[in-house]
Amino acid sequence: MTGRVLMEAKGVDIRFGGVVAAHEINIQIHEGHNLAIIGPNGAGKTTFLNICTGYLKPHSGQIFFDGADVTKLQPRHLVRKGVARAFQIPQLFTEHTVLENLLIAAAAQSRRWAPFVPMQRIPERDMMVELLGMVKCSHIADRPVSELPEGQRKLIDIAIALALKPKLLFMDEPTSGVASSEKFEVLDIIANALTEAKVTAVFVEHDIGIVERFADEVAVWNRGEVTFHGTPGDILSHPDVIRDVIGEEV
Amino acid sequence: MSLRTFLPAVLVALVAVLPMMAPTTQVLLTLALAKGLPVLGVIVLLHAGQVSFGHALFFGVSAYAAAFLARVYGGGELISMVAVGVLAAVAVGLVVGIFVVRYRHIFFGMLNLAFSMIFFSVLEKFYYLTGGSDGLPVPRPTVAGFDMERAGFETVLFYLTLALCLVAAWATHRFLCSPIGNMMRTIKTNELRLEYLGVSARGVLLVGYLISAVLCGIGGALMAVAQGVVTPEYVWWVRSGEFVFIAILGGSGSVSGAFVGALIYEAVRTYASAFANDIWKMVLGVVLLGVILYAPAGVAGLYAQVMDRCRTRPANKTVDEDQ
Repeated sequence: MTGRVLMEAKGVDIRFGGVVAAHEINIQIHEGHNLAIIGPNGAGKTTFLNICTGYLKPHSGQIFFDGADVTKLQPRHLVRKGVARAFQIPQLFTEHTVLENLLIAAAAQSRRWAPFVPMQRIPERDMMVELLGMVKCSHIADRPVSELPEGQRKLIDIAIALALKPKLLFMDEPTSGVASSEKFEVLDIIANALTEAKVTAVFVEHDIGIVERFADEVAVWNRGEVTFHGTPGDILSHPDVIRDVIGEEV
Repeated sequence: MSLRTFLPAVLVALVAVLPMMAPTTQVLLTLALAKGLPVLGVIVLLHAGQVSFGHALFFGVSAYAAAFLARVYGGGELISMVAVGVLAAVAVGLVVGIFVVRYRHIFFGMLNLAFSMIFFSVLEKFYYLTGGSDGLPVPRPTVAGFDMERAGFETVLFYLTLALCLVAAWATHRFLCSPIGNMMRTIKTNELRLEYLGVSARGVLLVGYLISAVLCGIGGALMAVAQGVVTPEYVWWVRSGEFVFIAILGGSGSVSGAFVGALIYEAVRTYASAFANDIWKMVLGVVLLGVILYAPAGVAGLYAQVMDRCRTRPANKTVDEDQ
């Protein structure tokens, strides 16, 4: 694998009671290489995302970002360093409109704390309108997010993460809940937005077709361990992966 | 000027001129407006989805700080009494706030209640300092160095209170529209995501908490001066409950709800107790039931709904005509 190492997990372990959710995880995430994480349910994929974004602390092992040890940092501190996250179930501000959701993210990113300046007038507004265009949601800018269908909610969830101008974006099943017919379209939009924003993505995905098309690297999770890591061509044709992961999924 | 802003402007003008036409209403209006300020403070926290059952603490701290200042200097100056009251409320707000912003919902509400009742006990028991349940007298202060007669002073106090309420309402409205005001609202809807934007939800709530303490502080000092006496009743839990009651009655969605609610509440309380002394609390209870069941956004929310309907109706008509 080439490219600068953006994030690295070294010997990461975590257990929940008797369940081993991560065991000796050693993996490098390279700048500019989108990494897909695949594996059966309960393999520890989301746990890994939770550890990398500061939500869970590993019992042992370390996480490095840009060369610095970030294992003990809170999610908000990691966000400030350039690690953003999109969620499996979209996490939106349900009393706000689509554009307001992005404005809140932009204000947070740019530290707009002036208490008497209306949010609608922050200088980042134009950029957020542009970002909505990038994720093909300009026409719903003034709609309350609570009214949107799941596919659009997913896009807004990811747009909020992109508004933070991250270097690295974790996405947990970006196409789950999206109708099969729309999956590729939604991920095309996301992939284009990521390329334009020059963001490296790590995404958990069950749809192998999507992994083949959008990932530069694939890592296979099983029972809390990384069992395979390589290019999609090598990994997805591996007999063990076909038997253990793809066979169950397809 | 649109109809939406026209009626509130008329209401403000009416409140401003009412004491000239009916002098007996002046004190009542001063007390109602002074009470509207802490209600506004409660409303700020309601935007974050948190209900405080102890905000009378900051109201009382400010009132007692003003009273102590007047006692120490053998009579006080109105502006400095309000300023010292607000400073004291902010100081206590910071100490209590750092602790309570770690909690949410019922825990937040009850911890606030606990702090206010601790202060209530201190006021009751340290009677050689606080006057116990008799409280402390607050002598009529000077205004910008002038010693005024009672009638003149009451007029000045009324207009100062009205002016401070207008400034507080404007500033609070601007705060709620600002990025940090919007972030406060996200504490109610999705605190996790707020953290994932790199923002400390506790920090945001603390800012809102301090603003609510400032509002309580202004109201408390004005109330102390208006009533001429401060008693532990200022921080009694019923007082905190009253602020929440008025916030629901007036409507927590907008800043106007605080003052509309306070004016209605004080009017009902005063006139109902005059004409139906035995049942005025029942009257208020029925009013609140009606509001919760039929207008959960309060009186101000009801007004906004009516205005929305007035605005959308002609628009729909045009669409129909086009078709």
